[in-house]
Amino acid sequence: MNHAGNGLILEMRGIRAGYGRRLVLEDVDFRVQNGDFTGIVGPNGGGKTTLLKIILGLLQPWEGSIRYFLDGRESERFPMGYMPQLARVDSDFPITVRDVVASGLMSFETHSLSLEPVRRVMERMDIAPLARRPLGELSGGQRQRVFLARAIVSSPPLLLLDEPETYVDTDFGRDFFEILAELNRDMAILMVSHDLGTIASQVKSIACVNKSLVHHDSKEITHDVMESYHCPIELITHGKVPHRVLKVHDEEKRMDGKGNTTDA
Amino acid sequence: MLELFQYRYFVHGLLAALLVSISCGFVGTYVVSRRIVFITGGISHAAFGGVGIAYFLGVNPLAGASVFAVAAAVTLETIGSRARVREDSLIGMLWSFGMALGVLFVFLTPGYAANLMTYLFGDILTVSATDLILMTGLALVVTIVFLLRLRRILYLAFDPEFARTQNVPVTGIQSLMMVLTALTVVVNIRVVGIVLVLALMTIPPAAANLLVKDFRRMIPLSILFSLVATLGGLLASHALNVPSGATIVFCALLVFLVVRMGTLPRRRGVTRTLSE
Repeated sequence: MNHAGNGLILEMRGIRAGYGRRLVLEDVDFRVQNGDFTGIVGPNGGGKTTLLKIILGLLQPWEGSIRYFLDGRESERFPMGYMPQLARVDSDFPITVRDVVASGLMSFETHSLSLEPVRRVMERMDIAPLARRPLGELSGGQRQRVFLARAIVSSPPLLLLDEPETYVDTDFGRDFFEILAELNRDMAILMVSHDLGTIASQVKSIACVNKSLVHHDSKEITHDVMESYHCPIELITHGKVPHRVLKVHDEEKRMDGKGNTTDA
Repeated sequence: MLELFQYRYFVHGLLAALLVSISCGFVGTYVVSRRIVFITGGISHAAFGGVGIAYFLGVNPLAGASVFAVAAAVTLETIGSRARVREDSLIGMLWSFGMALGVLFVFLTPGYAANLMTYLFGDILTVSATDLILMTGLALVVTIVFLLRLRRILYLAFDPEFARTQNVPVTGIQSLMMVLTALTVVVNIRVVGIVLVLALMTIPPAAANLLVKDFRRMIPLSILFSLVATLGGLLASHALNVPSGATIVFCALLVFLVVRMGTLPRRRGVTRTLSE
């Protein structure tokens, strides 16, 4: 399945959302097109994961609309590729690698399920030899691949990664981004990350979420845009380009006096 | 030994052991894997409320227990996630509410509730033909549901949030599983009683989990271990003339300990075993 090419996949308008009485997101407009590879960054509690939950249908927004498009036509929310944070999964659950990957196909009727896609994606992710191993025995890096395999086994048009760096102690492996870049030919990718330094050189655009959302095309990351960067970001590394240092801006005002800024 | 088979109660006990092991093997594996052992405890103690009210009204206590167990299970599964009460606190409330209701209605019932102990601590040797029919029905339903829907059950138990993102009807399937869990608890009540019901749902799958880290392979092992525990408990109870609920639990724990020792890393040796 190839979903690449131009076309809207997702459109959010005027989203307001939160938990209980706590407002987390406000006035969020966001569009995802085929072929996008967007890094979602922002301070802790700024609403990155909340945004992901809304897209995934795990959280109903208080206000605003969210529309999904499949092959140019508006559709119901379709099953998306989703790789949760490590902490959201019970890694001690008695389940084999093969079953974890196959669970990515659970929206299809079980009796008509062919396991051929499972075998193929495990080979692609270099985890085929681990197929029968229990999830609990794997290293962090191996788990990262297993959960990525589960996310993409159904060839979804949109892949969402929630802090994939939580799986590994060290930085992302270089090959992890190589895999993502390859996947990006077939599917749009949204990736929540703390590690802006690493992702900035890999993604095509960056969305800053801090109650509101500001979407930057990375080609436009010029000094002016950085000036208006609504995130407490210090540094963007761009491959071999010298580091770009962003000015620290006054977060106190932007956060409506909540005062819980990160150490920008 | 063979003359035991002349006794109808003993044959009933054997059949009960087999049937209960089948349903507990499936459901217990689910319960242990999903880490909802204490939900199961809450369900079984809530069921005592049903036993008490049934006593008071003069109907079959197991019917009362079924209604309460299923109600408790559905409450925990559906309301529990939205009630903004910590789940374990809610379990504690249902647990004590059921026991309180049970105590109250047994007290209000005229006369002495002679076989109340049977419901609290179980007695595999008093299983009736009607009980056996219920147990057979449950074992069949549980087996069929698990065999037909094993993937769904496993994948949903493993990561319900992911299942939701895949548009799978999570709440419906989980509620079905909780109803099966509740009914398995009720059937267990006849064999090991409300207070000891956690034993057969927990110990055999936990022992199986020491040997295999795969849900699919835990199920047959749990059934086997459960069968060993119930049969051993049945024989011990008969031989020593002590309550079967207790001997079944001891046998299950013995199975667990044997497996645990057998799976200890060799290099640590016996001293480590003792210190644990």
